[in-house]
Amino acid sequence: MDFFLEVLIGGLLAGIMYSMVAIGFVLIYKASGVFNFAQGSMVLFAALTFVSLVERGFAFWSAFATTLGAMLALAWAIERGVLRPLVNRPPITLFMATLGVSFIIEGLAQLLWGAQVHGLELGIKDEPIDLGGILLSRFDLFAAGIAALLVLALSLLFSRTRIGLSLRSVASDPLAALATGIRVQRIWAVVWAVAGFVGLIAGLLWGARLGVQFSLSLVVLKALPVLIIGGFSSIGGAIVGGLIVGAGEKLAEVYAGPVIGDGLENWFPYVLALLFLLVRPAGLFGQRTIERV
Amino acid sequence: MSALSASALLLAVEHVSLSFGGVKAVTDISFSVPRGEICALIGPNGAGKSSLLNVINGVYRPQGGRVVYDGLVTSRSAPRQAALGGIARTFQNVALFKGMSVLDNVLTGRNVRVGAGWIEQVLGLPRARAEADLHRHRAEEILAFLHIQAHRDTPVGKLPYGLQKRVELARAIASEPQLLLLDEPMAGMNLEEKMDMSCFILDINRDLGTTVVLIEHDLGVVMDISDHVVVLDYGRKIADGPPARVRDDPQVIAAYIGAH
Repeated sequence: MDFFLEVLIGGLLAGIMYSMVAIGFVLIYKASGVFNFAQGSMVLFAALTFVSLVERGFAFWSAFATTLGAMLALAWAIERGVLRPLVNRPPITLFMATLGVSFIIEGLAQLLWGAQVHGLELGIKDEPIDLGGILLSRFDLFAAGIAALLVLALSLLFSRTRIGLSLRSVASDPLAALATGIRVQRIWAVVWAVAGFVGLIAGLLWGARLGVQFSLSLVVLKALPVLIIGGFSSIGGAIVGGLIVGAGEKLAEVYAGPVIGDGLENWFPYVLALLFLLVRPAGLFGQRTIERV
Repeated sequence: MSALSASALLLAVEHVSLSFGGVKAVTDISFSVPRGEICALIGPNGAGKSSLLNVINGVYRPQGGRVVYDGLVTSRSAPRQAALGGIARTFQNVALFKGMSVLDNVLTGRNVRVGAGWIEQVLGLPRARAEADLHRHRAEEILAFLHIQAHRDTPVGKLPYGLQKRVELARAIASEPQLLLLDEPMAGMNLEEKMDMSCFILDINRDLGTTVVLIEHDLGVVMDISDHVVVLDYGRKIADGPPARVRDDPQVIAAYIGAH
């Protein structure tokens, strides 16, 4: 039983890490209906910038602040330079645009900081601690705590303030939102800035976990099943989806892996996502599209 | 023009011209709307009526002429300035936030009335809380006023078309506008729904003192509810006056029936 709990909790904690990436997608999707493929390379860009600054002698907080500034500038540039001119285009156009942006950011990051792998040390030792007989990773607990804080802050921002309501109206009909006096462009700017910030946090945690390298941008691919399960338009959904994916893949690996084969962990989330697509295409918390025919 | 009559005017459209590329949508149009009246813009399809509404609330900037609203020249302003200045509108094709509830849609109309900053709102400071209560209260009043309380929590996309039009009207008056622009508020409605909508427009005009400029194709309705009718044809004004006089104007009859 202890072993089961250990695997389950370990999986849930790892899942939170997926949620961190997924939240970045949800924010942009909620505000502009765009699946921002570039979120993954934003995560990479953040981690790489941070680690390069630290290697050049910046202290933690000054590197953090500088990277945050760079992320906000990057988010602003994408919104202003790419997505705003493409407003009202079909979703596939926007998706292709973000795909292009994603490669440009990766190229830019490589140009700026080089292609070698960096180690990122946040000062949290990744050694197990013993909680009532269950061994848990200290780093995973730390990451889960950060994620909880982040989600709390975001939900306060979106549920208590008019930004939340404005956000949903802008996503639904920008022209009507404009006519009711909502500052559509400011809402987009806020959302991209927040997505940049979330990208930074995710980049630091993932960078510390995996090392900062170009494959970091592939965490997008793990965020996909999370989004499909949780729903593209719900922050809560991203959290729950992350937990399901994290716990599901670890349990599958441990209990079904020996029977089916190793590496089950890598593709099990996609099987789950596929099942969800068949049964509940909008995800657990996604907004079901209502169309009168 | 005397000072007295100038302040009695809420809106003056002065020699407004608007074209898209080489296509002239509106040519040298002038008319004025005194405070408290219901003014109808009528004319065949493509006459430039919607373009003119879009000029009034700042979506389009006219190439020529100007719009004076509440004593201020607004022809260079944007929709947000118009909204802050007290101009609200509805759209020809219902432009609601479909996935959101009726109440949330109406609350977005209160957006321009929010004074508290987002930091106050996050922290739940007294001013933000009191304000949130007020907005909620006003939104409920408006739902009651337009008889849609029963649908408060329904996602708007699930409502029948006639009710969606009403929700859009509710969102527009939620901002407590001085000037309400309605683009075909009764399009696609049956007789009963049209009568309901006419009554609501009259109620808003009378009880809330809101000045209304509306576009409508149903001439029966227009003649019944408006104080003043402006007729456009091919982007030009061909008649302007009280309904009874406009109805008998030979140019209007020609534009509508096609006779000459």
